[in-house]
Amino acid sequence: MFKAWMWTELFASWRVFLTGFLGTLSVSLVAMLLMLVISLAVGIGCISSHKALRGMGKAYMRFFQNTPFLIQLFFLFHVLPLCGLTLPTFVVGSVSLALYTASFGSAVIESSIRAVPQGQTEAASSQGFGFFQSMFRIILPQAMKIALPPMTNQMINLVKNSSVLAMIAGGELMYHADSWSADHAIYGPTFVLTAVLYLSVCLPLSRLTKALEAKTRC
Amino acid sequence: MTGFFAPYSFLQVLRFLLQGLGVTLLIASFSILLSFLFGMVLGILRFLGKGILGKAAAVFVDVVRNIPVLLFIISFRLVLPTYIGSWKIPFKPVISAILAMTVFTSAMVAEIVRGGLNGVPGGQWEASYSQGFSTFQTLRHVIMPQAIGKILVPMVGQFVSCLKDTSLCQALGVAELMMNATVIIGKYKYASQVILIYAIVALLYYGVNEFFWFLSGKLKRSK
Repeated sequence: MFKAWMWTELFASWRVFLTGFLGTLSVSLVAMLLMLVISLAVGIGCISSHKALRGMGKAYMRFFQNTPFLIQLFFLFHVLPLCGLTLPTFVVGSVSLALYTASFGSAVIESSIRAVPQGQTEAASSQGFGFFQSMFRIILPQAMKIALPPMTNQMINLVKNSSVLAMIAGGELMYHADSWSADHAIYGPTFVLTAVLYLSVCLPLSRLTKALEAKTRC
Repeated sequence: MTGFFAPYSFLQVLRFLLQGLGVTLLIASFSILLSFLFGMVLGILRFLGKGILGKAAAVFVDVVRNIPVLLFIISFRLVLPTYIGSWKIPFKPVISAILAMTVFTSAMVAEIVRGGLNGVPGGQWEASYSQGFSTFQTLRHVIMPQAIGKILVPMVGQFVSCLKDTSLCQALGVAELMMNATVIIGKYKYASQVILIYAIVALLYYGVNEFFWFLSGKLKRSK
């Protein structure tokens, strides 16, 4: 691991790692946006008075939380083409990543909405606000403050889980690191660099989580 | 049912998958036990935060938590044998998988333990010191019993996550559940067959994880 030529050869191929890093960033960003939308929809569905909607939200959360991400990814990757629908790996990757992380994200949204005092909803409806009006204008702005720290935590998980896309040749950092190291038989330095690149995204996010947590506690 | 999975019978497919589940449970239980021990020690060290050990634990936890577990699984398998190879230890993929999962899960557990300990008011420490308790006694008899309620649920969540992550050991060719599923799925070409096998595998994972949650619920109530 400490031989100088390995490191020079590694940095000579910096383009490979930059491509991978950008791939990880782009797939994570798309998945993150999708994840937020799904989390909001399912989270709100879980507190609605509609029984079937609640049941569906809960079932989704339970099933996706308790099965491995890999099986969800492989399912989309293998089964959709068999049904005649072949999507690019980027789409399959970001959709399955979003679905998996949103199962945790919707639990976050649900519990933060529940953390907003009931009186707020009553006050809103006494002023003639409908369900969606009171939800989006009164409840969610307050719930967002509570949801922010655990949600950034889920984003860290999302970035980390994006490495699993390497198993379907997702073209992100882990995939490029794995194939480059196998081609050049340089393992130690490659994985150190890969770890540093992941850290450069996740460590600031985890610091942010800590700071936000400290802020909400006061 | 026999015709559906031709040339194999349904029972043969199921038996093959259950063999994989055995390996999955083996990896998961070793990693969970080891990471529980290391995670507790690391978390307490980090919480006390004194001296070089506390600092080292803090850096270890912060770094390891922010790296994907798949990177540990793959890099341990590819990097460690060149160093351990000379010790004449049979370094099988299963062992490197358990090591990688343990390192990652310990760091996660450590953070959960520290969070739980932080939640106990500082006055509890002062009170028990004033009664002549040592640091270890205070932790064991005063702080831990109060913190455990806050630690239990996230800890079980982490162990469930550990069990799910064993599916990544497929990357090493370990014959665990997901690997066996991929192997058997490769033999079929109709969507219905493939979907059914995926469903069985997902249900197996789901069942084990639900069992975990059931146990933790019992544990919480008995406390």
